[in-house]
Amino acid sequence: MLTRREFIRDGVAAFTFSFAAPAFLSDLARAQGSARRNLVVLYLSGGNDALSMLIPYTDQQYYARRQVLAIPAAQVLQIGRDSAGNALGLNPRLTGLRSIYDAGRLALIQRTGYENSSRSHFQGTDIWSTANPRSSTGPGWLGRYLDTIPSPVDPLIGWSTTRDVPHVLLADQVGIAAIPSISGYSFASPNQNVGSEPLYARQAAVRIASHVPVDMPHLSFVNATAQQAFATLDRVAQVGTYRPAVTYPPNGFGQALQAVAGAMVGGVGTRIFFVQTGGYDTHSGQNTNQANGAYTQLMATLNDGMLAFYNDLVRQGLLGDTMVLQFSEFGRRINENASAGTDHGAASVMMVMGGGVRGGIYGTAPNLRIGSDNPTLENSGNDVRYETDFRSVYARVVDQWLGGDSVQVLGADFRTGAPQFV
Amino acid sequence: MARSEPIIEHLLRRAGFGGSAERLEAYADLGYATALDRLINYEQIYDGVDTHIGQPGYVGITARTGFAPSTNIADSRQRWLFRMIHTERPLQEKMALFWHNHFATAYSKINGVYGPIEATRMLAAKPSEDPGGVRGQLELFRAHATGNFRDLLIAVAKDPAILVWLDGRTNVKGKPQENFARELMELFTMGVGTFPEADVYAGARVFTGWNLTRVNGAATNGYYAFFYNSREHETSAKEFSFPIYKNGSKVIPVRSATDGMQDGLDLLNAVAAHPATGPRLSRKLYQYFVNEVDPPDAGLIADMARIYYQNNFEIKPVLIRLFTSSQFVDPANYFKRYSWPAEFVARAINEVGWAGFSVNDALNPMITMGQQLFEPPDVAGWDLGESWFTSGAMLARMNFAAQLATNQKFALRDASRGVVRSPESLVSWALDRLTAASFPTDSYNALIDYVRAGGSWTGSDTQLSMKASGLAHLIVGSGEYQLV
Repeated sequence: MLTRREFIRDGVAAFTFSFAAPAFLSDLARAQGSARRNLVVLYLSGGNDALSMLIPYTDQQYYARRQVLAIPAAQVLQIGRDSAGNALGLNPRLTGLRSIYDAGRLALIQRTGYENSSRSHFQGTDIWSTANPRSSTGPGWLGRYLDTIPSPVDPLIGWSTTRDVPHVLLADQVGIAAIPSISGYSFASPNQNVGSEPLYARQAAVRIASHVPVDMPHLSFVNATAQQAFATLDRVAQVGTYRPAVTYPPNGFGQALQAVAGAMVGGVGTRIFFVQTGGYDTHSGQNTNQANGAYTQLMATLNDGMLAFYNDLVRQGLLGDTMVLQFSEFGRRINENASAGTDHGAASVMMVMGGGVRGGIYGTAPNLRIGSDNPTLENSGNDVRYETDFRSVYARVVDQWLGGDSVQVLGADFRTGAPQFV
Repeated sequence: MARSEPIIEHLLRRAGFGGSAERLEAYADLGYATALDRLINYEQIYDGVDTHIGQPGYVGITARTGFAPSTNIADSRQRWLFRMIHTERPLQEKMALFWHNHFATAYSKINGVYGPIEATRMLAAKPSEDPGGVRGQLELFRAHATGNFRDLLIAVAKDPAILVWLDGRTNVKGKPQENFARELMELFTMGVGTFPEADVYAGARVFTGWNLTRVNGAATNGYYAFFYNSREHETSAKEFSFPIYKNGSKVIPVRSATDGMQDGLDLLNAVAAHPATGPRLSRKLYQYFVNEVDPPDAGLIADMARIYYQNNFEIKPVLIRLFTSSQFVDPANYFKRYSWPAEFVARAINEVGWAGFSVNDALNPMITMGQQLFEPPDVAGWDLGESWFTSGAMLARMNFAAQLATNQKFALRDASRGVVRSPESLVSWALDRLTAASFPTDSYNALIDYVRAGGSWTGSDTQLSMKASGLAHLIVGSGEYQLV
């Protein structure tokens, strides 16, 4: 598993921030946000069981190999057939996503992955983050994209709603703001109500944080995060005043999406957002067929948050500027285990949502029959084999949405055969 | 206290959680060698710190409806912080924290399965407080803190919290559960990339039948315990890519179900003895205790690994080699670690002061800093090093410094009164009390200018309470202070 420590030790150039002076920030944000397009990266952590989300409900092997977890055909939300004629349905709890699908704004890309899929959460996440199955260290693929933006770069160009900066956004030259809570993203003083004391404290803290000695890269790194905080916290506080007309679910995922919408509505200049929702490592008690079962709850969180976000964006006229790109580190084993769960597998499903997205089903479903002549499975028929290289999806996003150069960002040409979802 | 003993400060920051001025002085009086011996051979020191919880003179705790650290996880967190701050065995707590990160187990999943009381018992109960004598996982880490790694592995493999967390409780014949076997090799011992996927499948079969059972049913002294369920054990042979036995054999032989528990013991021994495990543990210990900024010295790592194998997986000799290395005492390695939030909070409380402060008020800030005890993000533990630091996490640290300084405003005023005659002497006093890495000139001047801001210096009580707390906030919230 790569940490940022290893990331720096591995010889990446010192992680330095090149901040613009605050007076120029709003101009900068306007200039860099001129396209107004943004990307929301959504990570389902733990390894999403694609077969419980996008269900090949006419495949008899699905029922034979998942006697507890298979969702009856009558329950799934049927959405049609893929290009190979496989009938597919969404998880019954994804009613909101189905309506977005029906509106033509949701793309489902089946069997995404890569050769020799890692079954490790940590290596798998690093591979999906770096877009490099051979060496999953160094900056993330979106970090590399951000590094191509001419400096000075707005310190709020990347906004992670998690406490960590995710590997996918780690860059050489660009710092990412980590804003797990807008209300907590502020600067307190022990003399909060004493005249100008808070101001004096902030001035001193800013000065102390400006110390970035080249011979102490670790201190420079820490101080750079403080600098980034000071350079962004006033704009973030403005986002805290956003009162959406739709109600977001009161869970972490819903609140994170509300913050993202607030930032978009406020036009703060952020281009890349990161949102995460976890619990997908369903080794046991997956209980797809119970209303309060673990996987049903995961789908509820996903569906209700996404639907609120979608409706909010539609109301605000921002859907056309927005793309949500979802990934997970791997899919899960086809056979259920004895704990009503599934172990680590290979290929999974990706979702893309947004006003510029051509909705539909991309790629083909696996045939779940075990047999050496079945090319849609691997690992002796235990796991789903990938069909679409995940990097071709990334390439499409870089070239067609972000206006970047995917060959430069991804280090190779993955454009051929990419699904045409945008 | 004048900072005349930087090596003692360094030792306490690393082998413990820093210390109050009194503690620093006491260790300085011992001299380095004796101080180190006291820290490492802590078994000789009576462990009575818990009896001081709630007493005057110590950091406070917040008891809601009684203080129940063996059944209420928030209270477990309070007690652990209390121990980090006040224990006479700092290295034991420091190693318990190391193992908590190494065998990272999260409360939330266990709570989801068995509810809050059983989950807390599994993670944090002290046998003396538990009606069934349950020894929670943290007590396991304390007991084995500097002990034998293989014994610790075996204890972890049978630990009820781990059996829930990594689903071993449902690992049965015919449908093996891979979660524990995978993380055993990938995270607990050998490391990713040292084994093929087939080893995971074989390992899962090895541990079939390592399940949980309920002892004494629903009675008040009932509890969950490890249980080898021979009927659910796969008796077939299991082949690995690496030697399981000293004769080089890579195959765990066919055994009867009754004898099948030996499969797991053989595998645990083999992964402890695997050539990748000693170096990996040594690197982790080096980064935890010496330096996580620069690459470790390959010679020292090799030496620590050699000692690990020669001493039959005992950790203490490895630690002695580490703490007596030239690298550990080298001033160039001072402040070459990024403090974990637990280290930061405990040290700040130790150095700023605690009278009237409750560790309960550190629990929420620690979540925002990224480290909630008993709730690591996943089985790989927390992302360490730089990863602790983001704009949001740094604000959380600065704001905790403000919170603590606000709470200690009058204590800081009283402590600085009399020793302080000028803004310069107030800043010197604050920088002595708070053992940050040395401040460069402009940062020092920023502190002086801060003290002078807002009116001419009189040294009045009002001014002192304002500026002494303001300085504590700025110093503890500085980048320099985040390094240990």
